[in-house]
Amino acid sequence: MDRLAAPIYWVADIPTRVLGWGNTNIQSRSQLLDENEKLSRENLILEGRSHQMAALRAENVRLRSLLNSTALLQDDVLVAELIGVSPDPIRHQLVLNKGARDNVYTGQPLIDAGGLMGQVVAVSEYSSRALLITDATHSIPLQVNRSGVRVIAEGTGALGTLEIHHVAATTDIEEGDLLVTSGLGGRFPVGYPVAVVSKIERDPGQSFATVEARPSAALDRSRYVLLVFTAESGVAE
Amino acid sequence: MVDREQHGLWIIWVSFLVASILAVVSLPEWLLWARPEWVALVLIYWTIALPHRVGLFTGLIVGVGLDAIEGAVFGQNAFSLMIVSLLSQVLYQRLRVFNVPQQSGMVFMLIGVNQLICQWVQNLQGTGAPSSLFLLPAISSALMWPVVFHVLRSLRRSYRIL
Repeated sequence: MDRLAAPIYWVADIPTRVLGWGNTNIQSRSQLLDENEKLSRENLILEGRSHQMAALRAENVRLRSLLNSTALLQDDVLVAELIGVSPDPIRHQLVLNKGARDNVYTGQPLIDAGGLMGQVVAVSEYSSRALLITDATHSIPLQVNRSGVRVIAEGTGALGTLEIHHVAATTDIEEGDLLVTSGLGGRFPVGYPVAVVSKIERDPGQSFATVEARPSAALDRSRYVLLVFTAESGVAE
Repeated sequence: MVDREQHGLWIIWVSFLVASILAVVSLPEWLLWARPEWVALVLIYWTIALPHRVGLFTGLIVGVGLDAIEGAVFGQNAFSLMIVSLLSQVLYQRLRVFNVPQQSGMVFMLIGVNQLICQWVQNLQGTGAPSSLFLLPAISSALMWPVVFHVLRSLRRSYRIL
């Protein structure tokens, strides 16, 4: 049925694409020069960091082999473009322009520059539909990056808020903690940033603390997203 | 006679197609909740204008299509649009003699019913709206009704769809 949806979204997206084309093509020379300069500066910094990363990765592999543990593989990614978002403000779904033709599979994780966005829930030939982590029907196993505490974050139906349930009042979790994927459940790869804890309320009368987190990915702004092919792709349904 | 029955069928389907596209066009965030129910509006118009040709079955087909497009629970829009077309079929004689503002009032009620049914289904699924904002499309649809009415009527007259 998604085969029917994709062309409709594609047509509905035309005004946005035309505007985007206009924005990129009707820019002044000085603006372009400024942007170019900014990007090459950014590129320099990132390149420097990636050299550092290479050294760290080599060191990590050596240490892991010393510890006799399995090597962490680097994940492959595929760039996909958004062709539509769900018209219902409650339903947080995206329609992407990559489908079964590009080996997209159900359950595939979706990230942007900031962090994890969601997962693919339906695939057709040339398009796919992804569910965001903030959808009310979505839950995701996470880990506090600082302390290693495992939690489950549920979507609330509001962009910008995840709820974390069943956190005992004594759990080591603080505002500002980074939550990363724990890899438990086998659906999401380990170690992608997902959200930052934004609010904790410890009420002595309640058995659990109320914890809210803000997703790190730009869920309502990204136009290009990355589909991640994990090392052991094709997780059982 | 058969020829006359089939006349202009494509206009009806094209109008539904355009409505489905309008139903998914991206809107600024502050307008998201107020998106008019374009498909239901077009369905109401055709049901009132041609009750012998457009009715429950059309509602079913268009609704299933809308379910697929929106990624909704299968049958949610099909069911609510069938109810809307059923109600418009019952009311078409009265609606025809109303002037446009009075029709807008009825459209407000009909879209309200449509929204309530969709909300029930979504609540069962666990994705209900947190507030009464889901009724906002009833108001925006009623405001858009005069536009839809005049556009579709001039289409129907110029193509002589009976």
